[in-house]
Amino acid sequence: MKKRIIIRFKRKTIDKPIVYRLAKDYDLIFAILRASVFPRADSMMVLEIEGTDENFQKGIEYLKDMNLDIEPIEQDINRDESRCVHCGVCTSVCAPEAMYINREDMKVEFDYEKCVACELCVKVCPVKAMNVSFE
Amino acid sequence: MKTIDEINEKIKNGKAVVVTAEEMVEITKDKGTKKAAEYVDVVTTGTFGPMCSSGMFMNVGHSKPRIKIGGGKCLLNDVPAYTGIAAVDIYLGATAIPDDDPRNMVYPGAFKYGGAHVIEEFVNGKNIRLAATAYGTDCYPRKHIETYINKDTVNEAYLYNPRNAYQNYNVAVNLSKKIIYTYMGIVRPHMLSANYCSAGQLSPLLKDPKYRTIGIGTRIFLGGGVGYVAWNGTQHNPDALRSPDGLPRAGAGTIAVIGDAKKMSGDYLKGASFVGYGVTMFVGLGIPIPVLDEEMAYFTSRSDEDFWAQVVDYGNDYPNRVPKSICEVNYAQLKSGKVTINGTEVPTYPISSYSKAREIATILKDWIHSKAFLLTNPVTPLPGVDSGISLNTLEENVPEIV
Repeated sequence: MKKRIIIRFKRKTIDKPIVYRLAKDYDLIFAILRASVFPRADSMMVLEIEGTDENFQKGIEYLKDMNLDIEPIEQDINRDESRCVHCGVCTSVCAPEAMYINREDMKVEFDYEKCVACELCVKVCPVKAMNVSFE
Repeated sequence: MKTIDEINEKIKNGKAVVVTAEEMVEITKDKGTKKAAEYVDVVTTGTFGPMCSSGMFMNVGHSKPRIKIGGGKCLLNDVPAYTGIAAVDIYLGATAIPDDDPRNMVYPGAFKYGGAHVIEEFVNGKNIRLAATAYGTDCYPRKHIETYINKDTVNEAYLYNPRNAYQNYNVAVNLSKKIIYTYMGIVRPHMLSANYCSAGQLSPLLKDPKYRTIGIGTRIFLGGGVGYVAWNGTQHNPDALRSPDGLPRAGAGTIAVIGDAKKMSGDYLKGASFVGYGVTMFVGLGIPIPVLDEEMAYFTSRSDEDFWAQVVDYGNDYPNRVPKSICEVNYAQLKSGKVTINGTEVPTYPISSYSKAREIATILKDWIHSKAFLLTNPVTPLPGVDSGISLNTLEENVPEIV
């Protein structure tokens, strides 16, 4: 299976080589989509992990044992449907095309699976409908 | 041939055939323009895009003792309003921003809050903080006031937008090497994106290209409420490039509109922040077009393939007022997601909401069906193609010394 997750570090866990362990011990393919790691603050990393279902589960267990918080990406990136006017401005900056226009009804769709949490949509959305609750 | 009065009688009797502009395209494909003209009475249109030239007049009522805000200063949620009119009349422009907004000092600026956001909150019934200073007179002694106002406390509050509903618009590309932040959104360098801003086949003025039915006094859907065409809009340019049948191929006519803001809704008036550019307001606007004869059936049934727009370089040409068009594309191409410019395929991105435009045309249709909205004969027409009006520019003139 392949999934994008957000890992949150506490100050005490930022020096642990978790990505190495995921790859070496659990044979997981990883892509670091985003990371902000600070020695004195809580840190985060957006990771795409791919592997067998068993290895994936074991990898996640390992991360939890390391006392890291794991969240699916859609929990942290969301669109306020009451504010979105489907203008399409976000689609012009979304390189992975996670935000795209459904040509049937000309509404803007959001495909979480493609999102790399770059936050550009949050910056450009004219009506501030996009929210990313990264620390 | 039908008259607007005859159509209104049909509406009152529940016999009028009212369709949206999209439906009219399909009906005419089936029936042809002659039969469509007999069958359809009204075509509803809609548009929902950023329209900077928008704002709201308010009369905030008299305080005790009285204050002459007129000629003084007035802030609404820290956004400056125009006070150069009577004592307690003010005008809040959509693009106004707080004095302490950093603007583009840290480029590109975020422009998070401005007049349009205050207007959106106001029509949604929220309290707005008013802070005003004045110089004090014998009749208006007070020099300072801070209070809260909302749509129940003020006297009048009406939108007056000097330029809305542009009849067609440029398609923006960027031939420069750096990303640009414009009122047409973010335009990627090396012509990697093309941004457009029109509802195309749903757009009000495109469906009455020669202003035969839309004129001064026309009743419209404005911001979720009812409004009227007050005048031709600023930069109204009927003489713009047109197809042989009269359809504008570039930005042409515009309208100034007015309407009771107290009856409008934040769903159709939305504050907008354009990164690196400023604050503007998404305005929802729709106009019913009476199908008086076959010519109006022809115009109202033109589709996205028939409406062409000019592709303009916003990297260099637009900012430097170089009157140059790279090529023409039509709205069917633009809405497909890609266009071909000089042999290169370029992805397209809208700035205005087609789905909201469709929603507005449908609401207007429902209003007319429910007899809540009747059509109006224009008091006087908008200046047309033969009016001789063309756009003036601002030159750095030096007056002759006599």
